[in-house]
Parts: sequence; C-alpha cells; structure tokens
Amino acid sequence: MSKIQASKIHRQFQVNNDFGKKTKLMVLDDFNLQVREGEFLSILGPSGCGKSTFLNMLAGLDKQDGGQILIDGEPVSDRSFDRGMVFQGYALFPWRTVLENVEIGLQIRGLEKKEREEIARYYLTMVGLTAFANRYPHQLSGGMKQRVAIARVLAYQPDIMLMDEPFAALDAQTRETLQLELIRIWEADKKTIVFITHSIDEAILLSDRVAVMTARPGRVKEIIDVSLPRPRSEEIRNSSEFAQIRQYAWSLIKDEVTKAQGLQESIEKGQETIMVQPIISLQQKFKDMIQKRIGGHNEKIG
Amino acid sequence: MKKLANFFTGSLEKTIGLILFIALWELAPRAGWVNSTYLSPPSTVVSALIALLKSGALLKHLLISLQRALVGMAVAVSFGMIFGLFIGYFKKIEGYLDALFQSFRQMSAFALFPVFILLFGVGELSKTIIIFWASLWPILLNTINGVKNVDTLLVQSAKSMGASQKFIFLRVILPAAAPDIFTGIRLGGSYCVMSLVAAEMIGATSGLGYLILYSQETFNIPDMYAGIVGLAIMGLGINYALKLIEKSFSSWKQGVAVGE
Repeated sequence: MSKIQASKIHRQFQVNNDFGKKTKLMVLDDFNLQVREGEFLSILGPSGCGKSTFLNMLAGLDKQDGGQILIDGEPVSDRSFDRGMVFQGYALFPWRTVLENVEIGLQIRGLEKKEREEIARYYLTMVGLTAFANRYPHQLSGGMKQRVAIARVLAYQPDIMLMDEPFAALDAQTRETLQLELIRIWEADKKTIVFITHSIDEAILLSDRVAVMTARPGRVKEIIDVSLPRPRSEEIRNSSEFAQIRQYAWSLIKDEVTKAQGLQESIEKGQETIMVQPIISLQQKFKDMIQKRIGGHNEKIG
Repeated sequence: MKKLANFFTGSLEKTIGLILFIALWELAPRAGWVNSTYLSPPSTVVSALIALLKSGALLKHLLISLQRALVGMAVAVSFGMIFGLFIGYFKKIEGYLDALFQSFRQMSAFALFPVFILLFGVGELSKTIIIFWASLWPILLNTINGVKNVDTLLVQSAKSMGASQKFIFLRVILPAAAPDIFTGIRLGGSYCVMSLVAAEMIGATSGLGYLILYSQETFNIPDMYAGIVGLAIMGLGINYALKLIEKSFSSWKQGVAVGE
C-alpha cells in the first residue's frame, strides 16, 4: 500500500520578471508520485524543478493549486505529528542548546522535561554528539548542526521523514560520512523517507527508488529502481551496478539540466540568471581591452 | 599580581579620555581660561555633590527622577512590546500603520510637550506621558522589526514538527525577536532620561532636571553641575541595568560575533 499518493499536482507562483511585471511561474504540473511504506525514495531533479515545493506540500508548509496528496489515505493537513523535516539550512534554534534543540519536537508533543531529556540524549548518542549537548548551534560545524537536526527529527518518531537537500551545504567528506550514517540509521528502523537531492550519486547510494524529475514545470519523468543490495557501504559506489545506474540516471537527467539552464526558456520566463557557453572570440576581445590598459604597467606590478 | 596590573592598565585605557577631560575641566577655570563663575571646576562640583548628599536633597531629587523614569519606561515597554509583537506578527497591519509610525517617531517629544500640558495639565501625568512618548517609538519599532525579521526557516521548522500557533509565537518568534526588542528597550532607556530632564524643567518642583534649572536660576553654579553629574550617573546606571538584563536574556549570543 502506498504511504504517500500524489496525483495531478499543480502549483504555480506569482513572480516578478526582469521588467517588474507579474508573471505566473508554473512550478509543478501534472506531478504524480507514489511512495511506499518504509521505502527510501529520492527525488532527483535540476535546480528549480519544483522538488522542494513538493516536499513543502508534504510537510504542510505549502498547498497545491490543483490535484491531491494523500498520506495514509488522508489529505495532507497543516498540522500533524507524523512528519519530520530536515532542512538544508539546519533550522536549529540558536538560543537553545543542542540538547534543547533535540527536545523541541518532544516539547511540542507535551512530554515532561525528564522524558524529553532521556529521549534526546539517546538520539544525541546515536548521532555521536553526546559531548556537545550543552553547546549552542553557533559553536558547531555544519556537519554537526545537520546531525543535531537529524537527531531532533528521529527523537519524536515521525512516520515519514522529509529531507530537503540536507547535505548539499556540507563539504564533500562530511557529506559522505553523513550519507553513510543516514543509511545505517534508516536500515535499522526503516522509516518512510522522501529525500530531495540534485546529486545523482547521493540518490543512488541511499535510495530504494529514485524519481527523476523534468525541468520546470516539474513532473516525474521516470522512476529508477535501485536494486543494490543492503546493507550498503561505501564500497558500493565502485561496483559496476552502481556505475550502470548512475549512467542511466545521468542520461535521463542530462536533457533536463540543459533545459533548466537553457537560455531560451529563461528568456521566455523572464527570470533567473543563467550560464551560457563561453564565446571564445568575445572573451579574447575583452582580454585585449584589459591588456591595452594595463599592458605597460605589467612589469612594474610583477 | 599580573592580573591586577592588567586590570589597571585595561581600565586606564578605557577611561583615559574621561580622565583627560576631567583634568582639562579642572584646569580651565583655575588657569583663568574660562570664567570660574560659569564653569565650576570638578573639585568644587564634588564638594557641592557631597553637601547635597549630606542634606538629603540630592537623594530626594534623584529618587523622584528615577521613579518618573521607571514609570514612564515601564508603560512604554509594556505598551511597545505588546503592540509591537501584535503588529509584527500580523504583517498586513504593519503595512497600514508604517507611515503613521514613522511620522510619529519623527515628532519630538519636546515639541509635543505643550500639547501634553494642554491636555493633561502640568502634573505628573504629562511628565509620564512625555517620557512614555519618547521611549515608546524605539521600543515599538524595534519590536515590530524583530518579529518581522524572524527567520522563516525557524517558523517552518517548528510548523513541520506540528507546533501550535501559540508555541510558535511564544517559543520561536518571541525568543528570536528578543535581541531586537532589547536593542529597542536600551535605546528607549536613553531617550527616557533625555525627555525626563526636559519634563522636569517645565512646571516641576522636584527632580534632577528641576535641581539643575533651579540652581542655575539662583546662581548656585556648583549645584547645577552637581545635578548634571548626578543625571549622567543615573543615565549610566539605567543603561548598565538594561545591559545586564539584556545579557541574561541573550546569553546564547555570547561569542557569536567572535565565533562566526
């Protein structure tokens, strides 16, 4: 049975284009997705494809303009105790200690201080931060902050964990460590996880299935079954199966990334900066212009 | 020993400007650069201060001034915070009121004093109101700003955990806005002392402001300076107390500036 069932989701935003005029930006259109109970599903897509928007809807932080999202057969409600969200920006409360941050979901659920602390300490141990219980978030590194955020969600035992590019802001090594820790934690109690990412490797390493999205307006282009064995470890990245899946995922997403970054579309939409192919002849011309100015002074500076 | 020495050099660095100023102040009338009838040297001011303390006059005036300042501040803080939180929370209201508030803020409390006297007489009420008016605006506007600028990510995070509106308001918005609110209160504190003096110079028979003006009118110049010094000390005291309160409320912030 599917835990989450999203059908024909439609969402558009009002945005101002370059000329200050209001235009409609279609973010999701005819978006369909089913998430099974207890599975780890990643949503992979180019920037701006609406994947975070969908996650916010699951979290009750945003509402679709059309279509329907059911969780356990019920429409998504604004307020629910069953969901936990991990944000890219950590979203820790700076005036609370690490321990108090992990307690906050339990406080919302009305637990006594003593019970809260017991649970929070257990999950702090799980993410390896026992020694930092009384520190404040600003005293932690990015990776530690995200561990606190994960412990905070785990502590109040939600049915579904929603993760919005949680490791995107971390350096490569920390990211890999946290990915492996997340696998370990998830494999132990198999919560339903919806994980947003734009990293193909991350999606494959972690997930049971990967939903690849199209460029805006976002739809699910294809769902890839990741049949890699579990428990997974670091070495799995080097297997030929992993490489095959990565190859396939890349072929699916390549066009979408190009489209998302494409000049034509952005001009039509009248927004967002874009990267275009460098024009060598022009660059040479600019170089000459600069050289002409500084040419005589070069030796002096050097 | 070394610590003690460090403490003294540290305090010396901080107070060197003050010490030089006092030295110059002492020197100027004594050397005859300034007429000593108009500028009493600090040594004379100190003895006047001691005489005023002994007679109990200084304490009486100080207590009355302090009482006025505290009452005016207390009303301004409660009013400014309650309305600020409310207005900041409902962003739409803020849009309607912004222009009004900005104009009110520009309206000097001193300019409005005649109006307050017309409406409320020359008694304590109009004094309290002028202090209230002067300290209200920084508190109100900083509170609104603080609430408005609460990181939406924190609110979303609490929402995603299933927090009620009440929880979000009390446990997320209020603590997140607290540093801004305290900045407003400290600003309000200094405006409060300023407007207090003005209030006590018009139609008052007590308070440090009255003491200063009265001493000048009766040509008791050392007492006038003693009143001014007393007022400065009171202002410093209020600011120090507010700083202490602020510190205890935002101790988590310590080291943020250094650490990041």
